[in-house]
Amino acid sequence: MTLRIRGRGIVPGRAEGEALVSHETISGWGGIDPATGTVIERRHELHGVCFTGKVLVFPGAKGSSGWAGFFQSTRLLGTAPLAMVFTTLSTKSALGAVVTRVPAISDLDADPVELIRTGDRVVVDADAGIVTVTPTPPPS
Amino acid sequence: MELADDEKAMLDGAEGPAVAAAMDLLVRYGEALGAERLCETRNVAGTMTQPSPVKARLVREGGWNKAFSVINLDSDDEFELPHMRVPTCQLQQGFGEDSVGIAPYPRSMVELQSGAEAFYGERGVNILATCTPYQVGNLPARDEHCAWMESSAVVYCNSVLGARTNCEGTASTGAASLTGKIPYWGNHLPENRYGTHLVEAAVPVAGFLDWGMFGYFVGEVVQENRPVVTGELRQPDQTDLKHFGASTASSGGVEIYHIPGITPEAPTLDAAFGGRAAPEAIGYGSRERRAVYETLNNQGESTGVDFVLLGCPHASLDQIARAARALDGRKLNAGTELWLMTPRALRSVADRNGYTEIIRRAGGRVLTDSCPAMSKSAPEGTRVFATDSAKQAHYLPAILGIEAWFGTLEECVDAAVTGTWRGELR
Repeated sequence: MTLRIRGRGIVPGRAEGEALVSHETISGWGGIDPATGTVIERRHELHGVCFTGKVLVFPGAKGSSGWAGFFQSTRLLGTAPLAMVFTTLSTKSALGAVVTRVPAISDLDADPVELIRTGDRVVVDADAGIVTVTPTPPPS
Repeated sequence: MELADDEKAMLDGAEGPAVAAAMDLLVRYGEALGAERLCETRNVAGTMTQPSPVKARLVREGGWNKAFSVINLDSDDEFELPHMRVPTCQLQQGFGEDSVGIAPYPRSMVELQSGAEAFYGERGVNILATCTPYQVGNLPARDEHCAWMESSAVVYCNSVLGARTNCEGTASTGAASLTGKIPYWGNHLPENRYGTHLVEAAVPVAGFLDWGMFGYFVGEVVQENRPVVTGELRQPDQTDLKHFGASTASSGGVEIYHIPGITPEAPTLDAAFGGRAAPEAIGYGSRERRAVYETLNNQGESTGVDFVLLGCPHASLDQIARAARALDGRKLNAGTELWLMTPRALRSVADRNGYTEIIRRAGGRVLTDSCPAMSKSAPEGTRVFATDSAKQAHYLPAILGIEAWFGTLEECVDAAVTGTWRGELR
């Protein structure tokens, strides 16, 4: 059974891949290592986890104004996520998605962090503003 | 997003390809925010000169023109950087020449940054090189639209100065510097500046330490919201408010706060909430104060201190003078170093006043441009550090993997002189 969440495209484009869900907000500076595409904040639920090539689902951005610059670096170093889906839009997350240049959706009609689980198959259609989620393992 | 005629012309290349790329980024960013239009700004504070491994590679490939195009304009093309269109300054950066032989920081990065200062200086970027541009010549007027980065400067700009900025990033400030435009969104709109939460201090908040601890509490409880703070508040000075705001932006993401009767947009409690009824107050009493102190001090076990850091955000002249008085005629413990960070412009006044020499005679250092957190650099072998800054105590243990103590300037100086942390909450 698939689930559809409607939102607003932040960066246009379409991508399909596996979800990586963070229930905690993510820091750029001091929070991620662009060289390896991993979360490095100690005590973060995703500490040591790599987001490269994943649909990164998270509540929003926190911390330093260097947020977007750090995610831009993931693009320049080839470690960027495949797409972004986030609950709360701010200047950090909006600019971050823009300079990472991956399909991104926010302003959703339901909280993606609550509905999507790590490992779910997700289609991010930012042109239409729709996130389609197929839970994994699929119901038999 | 609606573009004005001059903005359309910039996008179409009338002002050259670099300005067109800048406008393209602002359009992508403005659309992402859902902004209806851009607004004019003549005050940009961003970052261009600070070295990083990615920048070093780009500079090798195509000089600072390429680094600016790729990082500050988010472009795949490479442009000749024109002169800044509007007044623009460089915020804090990496360690500079004055740190050589003191901070363990690559010489190659110091040289890369010197090259950047020359390049950007020639194109009109004012190299203030501080997280506190408002202390050294960049003091926006009330209601002025700004495009600033650096969370502690953003919250000061909005709250204490009553100017208007969002928490911008490297690319949006780069684009603003060449266009004089920024999305009219968030804190630029008057209706988004009123308070959302009320925090009332039941214990006296007086002096640098207590304003910092109160800020840390406020940030933690309101997160990204807009606090109005009242209660037993003693008259703060500029240095207290610098610490208060930086703390709210460390434990939370506060970009604007109001103190009725003190900050410019809140002559009264009523005005702070835009005429709406104030929400129920969140209390800050002695229990909460004690809890903040313990949070900031639960990152240390060893009372042997090998590094003391003062000046986060960059020290005011008053803080330098106080450090000099506390250190006058004393000598640092053999195994302990003390660094005080300040903008270079204030360092020159400190030199002139003799403060730098008093601190140097005691064995301490007055350094500029950066800080241990920005440059990821503390004295070789540091395991335990002490600071009077809630922000540095919040960030540095995670960044460098060291223990931390937080207390007053005088307690920090005592730790530097004795090598032992003896601070306590009074």
